[in-house]
Amino acid sequence: MMKNIPLTALVGLIITSLYFAAALLASWIAPYGMAEIVGDVWEPSSAEHLLGTDNIGRDLLTRMIYGGQTTIFIATMGTILSFVTGSSLGFLAAVLGGWADQLLSRTVDLIMAIPSLIMALVILAMVPVTVPVLILVMGFLDATRVFRLARSVAVDINVMDYVEAARLRGEGGAWVIFREILPNALSPLVAELGLRFIFMVLFISTLSFLGLGVQPPLADWGGIVKENKDGIVYGIGAALYPAIAIATLAISVNLVADWVLNRTTSLKGGRG
Amino acid sequence: MHPIIKLVVQRLSLGILLLFAASAMIFGLTEALPGDAAQAVLGQTATPESLANLREEMGLNEPAISRYFDWLGGIMTGDLGSSIVNRLDIAESVGKRLGNTLFLAFWAAVVSVPLAIFLGLLAVRYRDRWPDKLISAITLTTISIPEFLIGYVLVYFLAVKMGWGTALAMVNDSMSLGQKLNAIALPVLVLTLVVLAHMMRMTRAAILNVMQSAYIETAELKGLSVFNVIAKHAFPNAVSPIVNVVMLNLAYLVVGVVVVEVVFVYPGMGQFLVDAVTKRDVPVVLACGVIFAAIYIGLNMLADIISILANPRLRHPK
Amino acid sequence: MSDGMLKVRGLKIGATVYPPGEKPHDIDIVHGVSFDLEQGKVLGLIGESGAGKSTIGLAAMAYGRGGVELTGGEVWVNGRDILQSSKGDLRSLRGGEVTYVSQSAAASFNPAKQIMEQVTEAAITHGKFSKAEAESRAVELFDKLGLPDPQNIGKRYPHQVSGGQLQRCMTALALCPEPDLVVFDEPTTALDVTTQIDVLMAIKDAIRETGVAALYITHDLAVVAQVSDDIMVLKMGEMVEYGTVDQIINAPKEEYTQALVSVRSIDHEEKAPAGVPVLKVENITARYKGTNFDVLKDINVELHAGQTLAVVGESGSGKSTLARVITGLLPQKGGNVHFAGRDLNPVMRTRPREDLRELQMIYQMADTAMNPRQTVGTIIGRPLEFYFGLRGAEKQKRIQELLDEIELGQGFQDRYPAELSGGQKQRVCIARALAAKPKLIICDEVTSALDPLVADGILKLLLDLQKREDVAYLFITHDLATVRAIADSIAVMYQGEVVRYGPKSEVLAPPFDDYTDLLLSSVPEMKLGWLESVIANRKMASAGN
Repeated sequence: MMKNIPLTALVGLIITSLYFAAALLASWIAPYGMAEIVGDVWEPSSAEHLLGTDNIGRDLLTRMIYGGQTTIFIATMGTILSFVTGSSLGFLAAVLGGWADQLLSRTVDLIMAIPSLIMALVILAMVPVTVPVLILVMGFLDATRVFRLARSVAVDINVMDYVEAARLRGEGGAWVIFREILPNALSPLVAELGLRFIFMVLFISTLSFLGLGVQPPLADWGGIVKENKDGIVYGIGAALYPAIAIATLAISVNLVADWVLNRTTSLKGGRG
Repeated sequence: MHPIIKLVVQRLSLGILLLFAASAMIFGLTEALPGDAAQAVLGQTATPESLANLREEMGLNEPAISRYFDWLGGIMTGDLGSSIVNRLDIAESVGKRLGNTLFLAFWAAVVSVPLAIFLGLLAVRYRDRWPDKLISAITLTTISIPEFLIGYVLVYFLAVKMGWGTALAMVNDSMSLGQKLNAIALPVLVLTLVVLAHMMRMTRAAILNVMQSAYIETAELKGLSVFNVIAKHAFPNAVSPIVNVVMLNLAYLVVGVVVVEVVFVYPGMGQFLVDAVTKRDVPVVLACGVIFAAIYIGLNMLADIISILANPRLRHPK
Repeated sequence: MSDGMLKVRGLKIGATVYPPGEKPHDIDIVHGVSFDLEQGKVLGLIGESGAGKSTIGLAAMAYGRGGVELTGGEVWVNGRDILQSSKGDLRSLRGGEVTYVSQSAAASFNPAKQIMEQVTEAAITHGKFSKAEAESRAVELFDKLGLPDPQNIGKRYPHQVSGGQLQRCMTALALCPEPDLVVFDEPTTALDVTTQIDVLMAIKDAIRETGVAALYITHDLAVVAQVSDDIMVLKMGEMVEYGTVDQIINAPKEEYTQALVSVRSIDHEEKAPAGVPVLKVENITARYKGTNFDVLKDINVELHAGQTLAVVGESGSGKSTLARVITGLLPQKGGNVHFAGRDLNPVMRTRPREDLRELQMIYQMADTAMNPRQTVGTIIGRPLEFYFGLRGAEKQKRIQELLDEIELGQGFQDRYPAELSGGQKQRVCIARALAAKPKLIICDEVTSALDPLVADGILKLLLDLQKREDVAYLFITHDLATVRAIADSIAVMYQGEVVRYGPKSEVLAPPFDDYTDLLLSSVPEMKLGWLESVIANRKMASAGN
């Protein structure tokens, strides 16, 4: 499977892995402590501070590494939550059909009728903003999108003759879901996994930027922008490093997802 | 009744139903979640007495259902209640801000819609060649960066380094249209970049889908010129999906506005909503949430109705 | 170069393919084909899928569909090699000198425009006629092609007319600009057999009256024999044989042509019903949820062990619905399905496993009937495991036995469906059904999607297996040649009812009821003049009434 990996996907895979590795090893590779004030306000980059310092004199590289850890952690947890809920409910709706499908689908329609950012803001106005709450809110809101995809993929597969053949054989729901539908639904879902992860990164960064996401002193990429945005009008670019980080991560994941999706479409004629 | 009228009426009623359901859900959320408006105002450290007093004053002791209908009735008659932070009438504060937000969204749409369709056509015309690849690389990049960061990147490079446009988009009534447009140039640019990518990608897909139809081959085999194939055969069928794409992206624009307003400190609905959420001003959050939801649902409904109207099978039934 | 209006020399056509997991590469589809066509003559191009016949047809317009490229040779139309023509010259050729009729008129008409505008467009664009002239010519053609209300049908939109009518409109579209050559690409394949005959006659008359030359592309030798003067047999992009219709169908020289001519002439001795029927369908009535009419009305048929009941009918006759009722996928509204000495529960989910095992099903599209992520071994092995609890070596041995039975042999167990040919896929589906040791197999159009020679192989296999395993078939099909080849008894269905039912020898012998007569007489026969004689008979019959 790795034999024919195109260059773009390979680059994407390497960069994505680097970000995840940096997130996991943050406390080992970060040059300073996360909240440690080590210099002057907005020092330019130097040998000691590769990216300079931030609005209260913390090492920006350190903040970026820890920020990445928080952002990637929340996005990953949110994605897992959204996928587990969204795809299991989506498959269930497709296989059960009837009123169960109606109930789930109409509920999802209703939630999706309101933009998720607005929905998240309404909820966050009511509850204390903590990391678990953020993961829950983002995960459940995004699960609606996964639900729609999983359901439509499963409905398409569910009407295939081979699924009917399995039912006619007398197979139970578990066999139908896990042996007939899931193997065929996996590739589009995996590609979607990448897109949802990117969306989560953008979502949590946006919330933090609005001051309604990760709370200080914890660092995250959106928060770093918020902390340093005032420097911009003085020509200090500290707030822009997260842009580079988010964009490169998102593009890398996108490249990998594109490749997975292309493999799926060409897979109609080949081995899994 | 003509079946198409029936379908449109159906879709309209569904949209209205959805609006009510959405308002009920937003209201219900504030009920179901732990804590209430009084708690939100006074914070976790409030004494039970002060809480009880405030609850009484805000009418929170009434049953939820009757409060919902009171609130809904208020909205219908233009009464959005008053802020619990500064006691100002919400309808009044919203009025001007909504106008500002729509002003911003309107100009973003004016720039981005024709541009997106043009680029989409260009990408199809030069499909899989360098213009297509360049366009898709640029759009992939803009999709991959959150709106607020695109905003700051532009402010940094355009406003600060090159001295174009202004970093803060302050507008007020005393400004002329030209002054206003100058003030919102950067936020419009940001919003354009944000929706352009989605809109252009979807337009490209919609046109490609039409171009791959068998009737396009028929037209080519009639010996028509490329222009006639596109203008006479592809275009009539591509209008509906493109209009749909535009509507969906305008709905998306309404959400993008929230963040961009905060970046440019623009006095619109988005800024107002974020402030209210930070201050836990529940009545304002509810009002803004419902207004945003209504615009979003309305545009989606419009998109559906336009595709119903444009479908030849529905327009000319058997 | 003035003798023929179309002259093709050493035509080579290639395409780029993108096989999964491999580098894209170029392949040759057509390897040097040559032929001539004179004014007013019809040449039939015949072959199985992959023969390159459509590709050659479109080459007469210098058009390559998808990634197809005309890589070599010459195509002379009206005295010039169009492969060397300029773009402007090609535009006046396409739709002016040469026009095209596709298989699916429904997809080939623009849904957003009225039929008249599309029919006259080419003639007006190429300056052959003024708008008024083109429209009056179109009305004339509509009339000639037997379309109802020729004055006004052009005002309709494509979705407002039936499939057979739209196919005639497509023919009018092709003939309107008075071209020198029309390429007909399987124009009747998608139609029901009783509709096909009228469209075929309309096309033939139109060709004769307008004196246009035509390339007629089809996979059905019996059809092409009715409309062509000459026939070219193609196989894998190469010419196998070229001759007059008479020579090709009565004295084919090449082995491949002989096989094509003798296809569907399997001889099957009818068995007399004996003992208790294995399947008895009593007074079955059914309708789909949310509709208010019965798709099946009071159906009564029987099937004996080791025999075949063919259910024939056109689309919408209810034949597939009958299969769904018997399998329990669509519970009946009234009546009973009696199977192997017991009443079957109407709802599939509540049936005992033994009922499910003894009643198996084979589908029309083998592609979608097999899970693309399972190997042939898993596909055939699952029923063994599920019904008989076979595991390990025992299961492997049985899978191999089944593979031998369907004549696939060693080495197929680990393959995926995508690695099999169409015929092999259908064989695996048969093996999967056999693995359950059923008493009855429902075969739903199992040969319709296959090329004639491959279909013949499948039918022979099914007959063999029936002898060995004593299994009964309920064989659903629209194709009467298949029915002759395999049935012991026949039920003819029309609009949800069985209009004729009995042993094959009786059902296929006169006196006929009207519908069966129409159906039987509409099946193209491989002899010259068949089409005219049928139409003449029908005219006489209607004049007599």
